[in-house]
Amino acid sequence: MSRYLWLAVIAVALIAAPFFVYPVLLMSILCFVIFASSFNLLLGYAGLLCFGQAMFFGTAAYVAGFMLKTYGVSLEIALLSGIVVSAAMGYVVGIISVRRSGIQFAMITLAISQFVYFLLLQADFTGGEDGMQRIPRSALFGLFDVSDHLHFYYVALTVTVLAVAFFYRVVHSPFGEILRAIRDNEPRVESLGFRPERYKIMAMTLSAGLAGLAGALKAMVFQFATLTDVSWPISAEVILMTLLGGLGTLTGPMLGAGIVILMNDELAQFGEWALITQGAILLLVIIFFRRGVVGETSALLRKLRTRRDRS
Amino acid sequence: MFDGVSTQLLFGQVLIGLINGSFYAMLSMGLAIIFGLMSVVNFAHGAQYMLGAFVAWALLNYLGIPYWGALFIAPVVVGAFGLFMERTILRPIQNLDHLYSLLATFAAVLIIEGLVRQQYGSTGLPYNSPLPGGVNLGFMFMPWYRLWVVLFSIVICFGTYILIEHTKLGAYLRAANEKPEIVESFGINVPRMISLTYAFGVGLAGLGGVLAAPIYQVSPSMGSNLMIVIFAVVVIGGMGSILGAILTGYLIGVVEGLTKVFYPEGANLVIFVIMIFALILRPNGLFSGKEGLK
Repeated sequence: MSRYLWLAVIAVALIAAPFFVYPVLLMSILCFVIFASSFNLLLGYAGLLCFGQAMFFGTAAYVAGFMLKTYGVSLEIALLSGIVVSAAMGYVVGIISVRRSGIQFAMITLAISQFVYFLLLQADFTGGEDGMQRIPRSALFGLFDVSDHLHFYYVALTVTVLAVAFFYRVVHSPFGEILRAIRDNEPRVESLGFRPERYKIMAMTLSAGLAGLAGALKAMVFQFATLTDVSWPISAEVILMTLLGGLGTLTGPMLGAGIVILMNDELAQFGEWALITQGAILLLVIIFFRRGVVGETSALLRKLRTRRDRS
Repeated sequence: MFDGVSTQLLFGQVLIGLINGSFYAMLSMGLAIIFGLMSVVNFAHGAQYMLGAFVAWALLNYLGIPYWGALFIAPVVVGAFGLFMERTILRPIQNLDHLYSLLATFAAVLIIEGLVRQQYGSTGLPYNSPLPGGVNLGFMFMPWYRLWVVLFSIVICFGTYILIEHTKLGAYLRAANEKPEIVESFGINVPRMISLTYAFGVGLAGLGGVLAAPIYQVSPSMGSNLMIVIFAVVVIGGMGSILGAILTGYLIGVVEGLTKVFYPEGANLVIFVIMIFALILRPNGLFSGKEGLK
């Protein structure tokens, strides 16, 4: 019962939020909630550290921007194009990079994302160093005008809720179980007759699709797409969000996304200190709080509860 | 000799490729040593290389110690910093999944680069060549300093290779990674040996930084872009193979230089293209004769 109450409170808060907080800031959190979930799907559930998650995010931002700007398609078509292109990319990257496991997977995905970065730098449609500017926010389904920030917030919120529901379904499906089994004991899964590589490639595809959704949405929120979206600092940010919030928990990375975006917003005026703080927090989380905010909190609550039951 | 390509341009780019290759080889060798002996992927290798260049710059500008002094002092300073990093951030997590050590050294990069940038700004600092001038070989002009870098890096790379693969000390090091308990029962302090190995690898990165200072600008980001290329080199060569890392390093440098001559647009991409093909055709790495380390 209390669970539904909580959900209702959160729903009301999310609906009322844009009247109290600048909608663009909220929408940027929503984008990173999806993005962090996509990363969490790989590292938290499949044990795959993709160090180049930004390649899916940034490419989809360019694709969605290109569709909106050049072909003037409606919003949902632009979102879908971003998802399809990035998921296809995830599939290909998956095939190449699952050939090496563990730590080398991280290095390979980082190198491939740098490759994608240079490709997009040289491609004509991206605008090179200047990026893609003034992306129009066309009508949703070709009918509803959502060009102002407040209306668009509800579109972004709906998309995010759907994405999170999708993520929830995936990790709680038999497929999600197999991913977790691969993370914990890959040889065992193989001996049971499954082919871990196939599942990893599938996980890469799904994760890339989600990351692409986040990137396409981001292009619509800020109405521009730049090389920053494809660069490794973005990949680093999503790693920080996920670990800080709680790896392998449903809500952790979302909370982490919120914390990091708000922190960046606060620290933006202090130049390099934003990056230094990110590094310091990441280091502290890795050494002392590997379960992240959500993981540590629920562990603490569990401990308190058992102590209370005992007395 | 080739249509439309002057020999001057060709040899010039091959030389630049060899120079870049020297750095690829030195850094990927250090990475391979650290990985081979402690299974840590040292993401901070590029930042430590950058620190080497900055220490050389600081020695010259604050203390008046010239290049040749920095060549000895800077690697020791950077190596000592590596010792500090090993004690503070790597040792607490040494028994966890190796992904954590990759992430921890990555977090260290954010901090180190941020602090250096905060102090010195992001524009590069100049460092004059200690060996000005050069020799005209007829078909091209060879600056002395570049010749020195290529020769010195070859000596360092193969010297280190022999030290680790063909001496008793190297045998201890390799054994300590495989079976630490047994090596310990011989009365060898394994944790200390691991610390010193990490410091040695980091010191090599610092040495690379000193060598690089007169060629490239001394700048905070000089390491992080190089780092991704180094990762690709190590993946191509086969993880944990020291000789593989050295040879792939020089080879990739030269191939990159040649690409600049024949297809300039592809120069940034060629390393990654090679990596992708190497992964498809030789999944265990070009130089991994035995079962590649995972």
